[in-house]
Amino acid sequence: MYTNDFDYYRADSVDDALALLGDHDGAELVAGAHGLLPRMKTGEESPPALVDISQLSGLAAIEETDGSSGDSGGDGVSIGALATHTDIANSEIVRQRATALADAAAELGDPQVRNGGTIGGNLAHGDARSDPPAALLALDGSLVARSAGGERTIDATDLFEGPFETAVSSDEIVTGIRIPTADDAVSGYYKRRNPLSGYAMVGVGVWLRTDGETVQEARVAVTGATTTPTRLPGVEDELEGAAVTEEAITAAAAQAGTTLPDEAFVSDVQASAEYRAHLLTVDTERVLGEVLDVDYSSH
Amino acid sequence: MSDADGADSNDDGSSGAFGAAIERGEDVPLLTGDGQYTDDISLPGTTHLAIRRSDHAHARLESVDTSAAEAMDGVVAVFTGEDVVESGVPNTIPTAWDLPGLVQPQYRMLATDKVRHEGTAVAAVVAETPHAAHDALERISVEYEPLEHVTDPVEAVERDVPPVHDEAEDNVAFDFELGDSDATDEAFADADRVTSVDLRQPRIIPNAMEPRAALADWEETTEKLRLWMTSQNPHLHRMLLSAGTLGLPENRIQVIAPEVGGGFGSKIYHYPDEAVTAWCSMQLGRPVKWQATRSESYLTDCHGRDHVTTGEIALDDDGTIRGVRVETHAGLGAQLSQFGTATPSYLYATILSGQYAIPAIHCRVVGAFTNTTPVDAYRGAGRAEGIYVIERLVDVGARELEMDPAELRRRNLIQPDEFPFETAAALVYDSGEYERAMDVALEHVDYDELRERQDELREEGRYLGIGVANFVESAGLSPSGLAGDLGAQAGGWESSIVRFDSTGSVTILAGTADQGQGHRTTYAQIAAEELGLSVDDIDVVEGDTDRIPQGMGTYGSRSASVGGGSIARGAREVREKARRIAAHQLETPVDDLEFEDGEFHVTGAPDRSLHIQTIAHEAYLGHDLPEGMDPGLEETNFYDPENFTYPFGTHVAVVEVEPETGEIEIERYVAVDDCGEIINPMIVEGQVHGGIAQGIGAALYEGAAYDDEGHLETRRMDEYAVPHSTQLPEFETDSTVTPSPHNPIGVKGVGESATIAATPTMVSAVVDALEPFDVDHLDMPITPESVWRATEGDR
Ligand SMILES: Cc1cc2nc3c(=O)[nH]c(=O)nc-3n(C[C@H](O)[C@H](O)[C@H](O)COP(=O)(O)OP(=O)(O)OC[C@H]3O[C@@H](n4cnc5c(N)ncnc54)[C@H](O)[C@@H]3O)c2cc1C
Repeated sequence: MYTNDFDYYRADSVDDALALLGDHDGAELVAGAHGLLPRMKTGEESPPALVDISQLSGLAAIEETDGSSGDSGGDGVSIGALATHTDIANSEIVRQRATALADAAAELGDPQVRNGGTIGGNLAHGDARSDPPAALLALDGSLVARSAGGERTIDATDLFEGPFETAVSSDEIVTGIRIPTADDAVSGYYKRRNPLSGYAMVGVGVWLRTDGETVQEARVAVTGATTTPTRLPGVEDELEGAAVTEEAITAAAAQAGTTLPDEAFVSDVQASAEYRAHLLTVDTERVLGEVLDVDYSSH
Repeated sequence: MSDADGADSNDDGSSGAFGAAIERGEDVPLLTGDGQYTDDISLPGTTHLAIRRSDHAHARLESVDTSAAEAMDGVVAVFTGEDVVESGVPNTIPTAWDLPGLVQPQYRMLATDKVRHEGTAVAAVVAETPHAAHDALERISVEYEPLEHVTDPVEAVERDVPPVHDEAEDNVAFDFELGDSDATDEAFADADRVTSVDLRQPRIIPNAMEPRAALADWEETTEKLRLWMTSQNPHLHRMLLSAGTLGLPENRIQVIAPEVGGGFGSKIYHYPDEAVTAWCSMQLGRPVKWQATRSESYLTDCHGRDHVTTGEIALDDDGTIRGVRVETHAGLGAQLSQFGTATPSYLYATILSGQYAIPAIHCRVVGAFTNTTPVDAYRGAGRAEGIYVIERLVDVGARELEMDPAELRRRNLIQPDEFPFETAAALVYDSGEYERAMDVALEHVDYDELRERQDELREEGRYLGIGVANFVESAGLSPSGLAGDLGAQAGGWESSIVRFDSTGSVTILAGTADQGQGHRTTYAQIAAEELGLSVDDIDVVEGDTDRIPQGMGTYGSRSASVGGGSIARGAREVREKARRIAAHQLETPVDDLEFEDGEFHVTGAPDRSLHIQTIAHEAYLGHDLPEGMDPGLEETNFYDPENFTYPFGTHVAVVEVEPETGEIEIERYVAVDDCGEIINPMIVEGQVHGGIAQGIGAALYEGAAYDDEGHLETRRMDEYAVPHSTQLPEFETDSTVTPSPHNPIGVKGVGESATIAATPTMVSAVVDALEPFDVDHLDMPITPESVWRATEGDR
């Protein structure tokens, strides 16, 4: 309940933050402090110094990008790293163009957490119980990260390396996320809350391109149920080319629990790995049904 | 009670205060941050205590090296168990309830020989800041020789494990029996059918909003200890600290309980930590503060429940319950906490008759030491466990007879004209109209129609569950003589002072200690009613052993009935003294005076009158009092009730269970409570709401677990949690009123009722939903996974 001693610095700019990270061994960034501080209190993390980036301006914008602006070489949505979960949940742009992320943000924690926590902090932290990772994976988004050496892009599929381990390195700042969009795509996120923590016990994000009759392209990802957020290629393969019917959805969802190895699933006092695997199938079916507007109420 | 907003219906305040939904006066200071909790209090030169705790469940303590910690900046002193022994204080944490054959092992402030559960206090650091103290904890090096441990109460006595205490080789602290075993055997032999249930009632972690805290100030010049602490019973804490632990006479200890943020039982007990805080201050001559972290609360606040039970019920085909037989292994934890022995014995076995006329009952309880946090009373204590057992038994009995569970209950209810009713489990129930409350509850949900809907939905593959539980509670343990016969080392009375001052305002000094219950409001209502005043004329003071002469405290649903009873009696005595002064000054016989709205007036001559507040002034002037009367207008009252009071009621839950995922949705929750006369319906409703939340918590979410190492596995709020408000349904509350015939104000108490009722109600509802899957019982917490598993084969 008591953190270890640490030094505190407030950065004035991204460059200043990078310099501070460089100057102080083991220093960590802090944005909303809703991921880091709880772990510092329990001693799971004890950085000797914190560099506060929460006051930086210009890092919270949510914008549509298109190919003509030359911004990211295609249609998409750009979200600043300091956008809060509330900002994202309330954004009409995200709701329209990247529904899965809007759903995830709206279902995340409680109002206090949503007002304080940032999308950059959430994704950089790599808490496998978090909601946004499944949405980002399904949306095939990426992070833009800056370090003293320059800027790079980290694809969602490369981001999550393990519990609290991500590809964002300790000398990097995530400045924003990019999500490609397509007019014929639909997406969504379904969350089953852990009754104790409120985090995702199972969270499934889906993104689908359809012509109304068949699924042309599918991306499905899980968070919460597994030790690392991950895509579900078994489900995706089954969906692609399948007709938009109840049967096809059921068949695809059936792949969810089985294509991952048993040890991929989290097991704790509240729910065993076996049960989580089962729920993953059920919830995949449900979110697919919702997004594709196939009635599943009889199940 | 559904109509709780009639707050202003008595706004003249001069009478009718009793029964009005008056807003809680204490809330404004609490909500605006004006309330002072222990940690808010700071004395000049305060130092801070942190406690090093064992991370072993069971180990021999080889050595404790404090040198590195002592050398740290800001550290004032580091103490070990040996230091406490050397100081020569009595150094025991005494239990307060004896049982025949009870094994009472040594229980010291800081461990010296062994640690017996994870979290055992091993060393104490006192430093200039809390941070310095906590940092220094990590620099103490402790060497342990680990021993095999046991956390399950059945394994503790049945498996060959090293004993938790050498004094109890088989880990049995007591082997308790209640009821007539021959008569019970006979009833079972004669009955048409016998059925049984094996069940566990898991450990509950109390989770008071404010973790425990203490601030000790030893004044060397006067040799007096002032101790602010999170206490439900400051006088009891003073008594136990005095003789057993610190070796100071009681008049050298002042215990103050400032605002206390919840307790649910956990702040009744005399723990090592607060005692160590006091002892450190005595060593150092400086104020010492200890504020538990939430993690410490999880590890050290006494847990509740932990029962493993086999219950049997004998029935005739017509639904008559012939007998009940219960055998329970109760985990006591590693040490005997204060009432840890009473809770699973007398407070449990005696309530097994529930609301029913059961001719034969026998109960055996084996109290077992385990390498776990000590277990003691948690809201509902004993009665909750007992009612859970009888209500589960009635449910499985109904299944056996293929009878509607509400109907089976109804057929066995004790009837109103049978009171006072002596049960086969040694209690005498005071009064009850059980069927009336049950009818009200069933009408709320339209029970018969609901059963039809349940049938229809089952056809559609939807699983509705209806849970009905009846409860009765023995509240306000008394009289003192009975408590003594049963082994209590304390009384069952309560005391108070009702004091007018010379300007006519009133102060009540009460021996109970509020932790959120609203005593300042309800006590003022009781006194206002008796004295014909407004509640605004009355101030209530609790929680200070130097200001309040004596008291037993707040637990066991006793404050309204026993504490309130004492205040009513004291107020009546004050009123009668005032009447004699009035009679004297109005020159009229005492019997000619009528009392109305605070005014004594001569019968038939309303303008010849004196107001009680004027009389108060006269009483302190002392110029013109009746011959031989002492001045002043105050009374000290000790009230020792002639019996427990017996609140009761019926709760009904309607749930829908989804077998595919195991999710349980609570559709409705109806609570009908009869707590006798209602002092303040809004406060009663609040108690019922909180109680239901805790009962649902136990049924669906809570339940502490230990891992293979004997470590508490559920040690944080995201691993063990009380339900969020969003996980609870709208509560529908209602009440019936059956006054207690022997209580001065007809009150029965409501502090624990809903916790007792909600747990069996919820379990009953979920199990009812699963009837098509042949599920007769599920242990708590009923997680979605347990439902899913129970229905797995049949889906
Ligand atoms: C009570 C509670 C409930 C919660 N419930 C949920 C829930 O249901 N679902 C859910 O998904 N989450 C939940 N969260 C977590 C929440 O989403 C956090 O906001 C998020 O995980 C962290 O974001 P932050 O801005 O607070 O990051 P911080 O805590 O400030 O930082 C987290 C980590 O990210 C790093 N970091 C922060 N910003 C950057 C950046 N721009 N670039 C590089 N690294 C960075 C930090 O160095 C740190 O390691 C909950 C949190 C709490 C306290």
